[in-house]
Amino acid sequence: MSTEIKFNLNGNDIQVTVKDHWTLLYLLREVMGLTGTKEGCGSGECGACTVIVDGQAVNSCLYLAVELNGRCLITIEGLAGPDGTLHTLQQKFVEHGGIQCGFCSPGMIMSSKALLDENPTPTLDDIKHALAGNLCRCTGYTQIFESIQAAIDTGTEDVEVVAWKNET
Amino acid sequence: MKTFSYLVPKTLDEAVSLFESHSDRVMYVAGGTDVMVKTKQGKIAPDYLISLKHLSDLDKVKMNPDTNELIIGALATHRTLETSTLIRRQFPIIHDAVQHIGSTQIRNVATIGGNIVNAVPSADGAIPLIALDGVAKMYGPNGERTVDLIHFFEGPGQTVLEAGEILTEIIIPSQSSHTGGAYQKVGRRAAMELPLIGVGIVLTLEPDSAVCQKARICLGVAAPTPLRTLSAERFLTGKVLNEDILIEAGNIAAEESRVRDSIRGQAWYRREMVSVFVRRMGLKCLKRIEETN
Repeated sequence: MSTEIKFNLNGNDIQVTVKDHWTLLYLLREVMGLTGTKEGCGSGECGACTVIVDGQAVNSCLYLAVELNGRCLITIEGLAGPDGTLHTLQQKFVEHGGIQCGFCSPGMIMSSKALLDENPTPTLDDIKHALAGNLCRCTGYTQIFESIQAAIDTGTEDVEVVAWKNET
Repeated sequence: MKTFSYLVPKTLDEAVSLFESHSDRVMYVAGGTDVMVKTKQGKIAPDYLISLKHLSDLDKVKMNPDTNELIIGALATHRTLETSTLIRRQFPIIHDAVQHIGSTQIRNVATIGGNIVNAVPSADGAIPLIALDGVAKMYGPNGERTVDLIHFFEGPGQTVLEAGEILTEIIIPSQSSHTGGAYQKVGRRAAMELPLIGVGIVLTLEPDSAVCQKARICLGVAAPTPLRTLSAERFLTGKVLNEDILIEAGNIAAEESRVRDSIRGQAWYRREMVSVFVRRMGLKCLKRIEETN
């Protein structure tokens, strides 16, 4: 069965027809071509597919696309500015070695963003608690925690949401 | 992945009648974090999923001001419980448990009702609610009924829910003053881990003394279903509580537990951990009672 849904994607209102059994991850990657969001385990263990729905980090691999109706979605594509300027979190991940192979990075950054939006001054324990569902096999996590702490220190946690262009 | 139709009722009656009209290969789904994984793995193959997510009001956590009962809607997410000030202040035992279930991403979506209905022996959401004498409220083709949460579970993956019935609320009765509770999941790490054993304790003391008026010791993963260790509870009742008494209660509870070897840990170790954590959680209860009175 197909359903027409309306939601806000990275600041743009869009309308799309989805099959009932599609996951949000499938909609993003296979239908919309937004491949910034990664599929790791596909079962909610690794967090590579993390996106933000109505301000909350969720695993897009377990979230049904149809459930997006009326909601507000932010993906990794929504973080950098229109001119390509990186979001503070992205910049700090680059500067502090929070990115190595890069596969976990979109998920890590979305989980970090959800945390900072809710709590702009988290402790290291808060950061660890919020990121417990994101696996990284390269960094050993220390650089990731340092990247987030560096982003906190800049004190500029406004998200410039870039407009995603609906080509169809 | 297998295809299915996703039905979105707005009321309980609509949900139940949808279930009855699609009685073959139909399932209720709430947060979907278990249903989606099992569907992807091919362990289940529903033709219809009936979403309970949009039933109004069942995602709330609130006190009934007349009865002082805590009403937890079955559709409340673990995250709602984790971040609730009411829960943190008045029912810290629930906070102890929900904060370490899954990850933030899972807790944002997964519901307490789903955790209970799955009836996995290692699910730790139910243990504190049983220790608090929680009651499960259900609604189905034959109307509404309630059952004490401890009697809700019949075996691994099996509950008293009949076809078409929906768990709607968990009701926690009014707590006496001088009551404290604590829960600990014991595992190899804190996050993204199922427990080797889960220990939830609620103690009520007589006002102005350390005499135990009521004790609840509930264990997870210690049997096919959540287990109350009644001998250990009886042992504590009427005694002046101190660490020595709690050590003894821990030993009794360990004896009563029906732990077994599994891929995550061995029975002897689990038994040891029951005795250790009954003592520790008992002490934590006493500390919490002292702090709030």
